[in-house]
Amino acid sequence: MKLTLKIWRQKNSNDKGKIETYPVDNVSEHMSFLEMLDVLNEGLVAKGDIPVAFDHDCREGICGMCSMYINGEAHGPDRGVTTCQLHMRKFNDGDTIYIEPFRAKGFPIIKDLVVDRSAFDRIQHAGGFVSVNTSGNTQDANAIPIPKDDADNAFDAATCIGCGACVATCKNASAMLYVSAKVSQFSLLPQGKVEAKRRVLNMVDQMDKEGFGNCTNTGACEVECPKGISLENIARMNREYLKASI
Amino acid sequence: MSKQGLLSSSIARKVSMALSAFFLMFFLLQHFAINITSVFSGDTFNELSQFMGTNFVIQYVMQPILILGVVFHFVMGFILEIKNRGARDVQYAKNNGSANSSWMSRNMIYSGLAILAFIVLHFIDFWIPELNTKFVQGDMSGLIDPANAESGLRYFEELQHKFVHPARVGAYCLAFVFLALHLMHGFNSAFQSMGANNKYTKGLKNFGTAYAILIPAGFIFIALFHHFNH
Ligand code: SF4
Ligand code: FES
Repeated sequence: MKLTLKIWRQKNSNDKGKIETYPVDNVSEHMSFLEMLDVLNEGLVAKGDIPVAFDHDCREGICGMCSMYINGEAHGPDRGVTTCQLHMRKFNDGDTIYIEPFRAKGFPIIKDLVVDRSAFDRIQHAGGFVSVNTSGNTQDANAIPIPKDDADNAFDAATCIGCGACVATCKNASAMLYVSAKVSQFSLLPQGKVEAKRRVLNMVDQMDKEGFGNCTNTGACEVECPKGISLENIARMNREYLKASI
Repeated sequence: MSKQGLLSSSIARKVSMALSAFFLMFFLLQHFAINITSVFSGDTFNELSQFMGTNFVIQYVMQPILILGVVFHFVMGFILEIKNRGARDVQYAKNNGSANSSWMSRNMIYSGLAILAFIVLHFIDFWIPELNTKFVQGDMSGLIDPANAESGLRYFEELQHKFVHPARVGAYCLAFVFLALHLMHGFNSAFQSMGANNKYTKGLKNFGTAYAILIPAGFIFIALFHHFNH
């Protein structure tokens, strides 16, 4: 395949940045999107140019590091996949592909396609945990009965990999889907219920401080989320927040 | 602990948007219920209008609440739009919004602005003259000719008169098309904001779509009915 790539290049956080055009040849349809970029970068390095910086780690859809806005969609045109799981067969020979970083005020650009998503860590630190105050007679978690539905929903929420596609894709750059998944995964389980009120208040507070936008329920996040995190989580978080505030 | 709480957090804003939306959607239904009587019986419409226009609770309690609700919904809508635009300072060179969300959900501000323009016109056209008659001239009789008790109530005749000019009817119909688009997202969005997402959501979605289409279509029907039957 022959492709024309239009990639956002930005030297550092202070640089203005712009879209640059790169032709690539010899792209196999079996390559993953990141492998295609590896090929581009090898060519750039061979020519003495600076390779395109992008985040990646596991390359199997687990870590959530790969973050690219491809042809106007977070993680590209495929559904339920991260950028590393996206294959070139989803594109056609001769295509022009736009590759941009995840854009949001809460995700400042570090370089090229690499953005700083530590806002998510700070939200998590604000309450996304269960305090373990060991008393010496802690109950075995497996001994506490949990309704199957609750366990399933908590597990589904916990599959969020913190990639930030929901923020990138939301027209309001809202982080509600991510935060609601993190709130839900704890609040549905008995161990997490103890701190449920404090958790939702503090996490939402931190989310707002990080400069993410306000959710207007467009539902774009749910569609683009590689893990299929449901809007039900946002509704649950709204409920929990209301309960905790009143 | 949260210092923001229910007054200024992002969730508080969406909940307040939803609550004012529920109120406005209920008002719309009531407004429709009265207007549609004009198609069947001018007298019924006249009597209902006279009641609405002179009843103390409706005039001095419900009407101010309604105005507050309308103003609040618009002001908060603008605040949200400004804040949300600020949450992404550099726009995407290529963004494929239609791949993941409805046009209605992404353009609430524009359908909202069209509705606002209509409400302003509606105020100038109807509400301000009504206030003038009732409170400046002090004519609470509701009669066509206040000096003649036999002249009959004026509301139905005024309504028919409003729908004579084709340009006005056209603008009126267009405004309700925008209202339909606004409601197609807004109805269910309000429920989601209040935390209602459960086994009834799918049914509610269909009901919301029906409401969003039927009520504005009903208003359009009333306008066209009077336009062609005058
Ligand atoms: S909710 Fe989905 S899109 Fe958002 S961070 Fe988690 S996995 Fe990524
Ligand atoms: S590189 Fe880990 S999810 Fe893509």
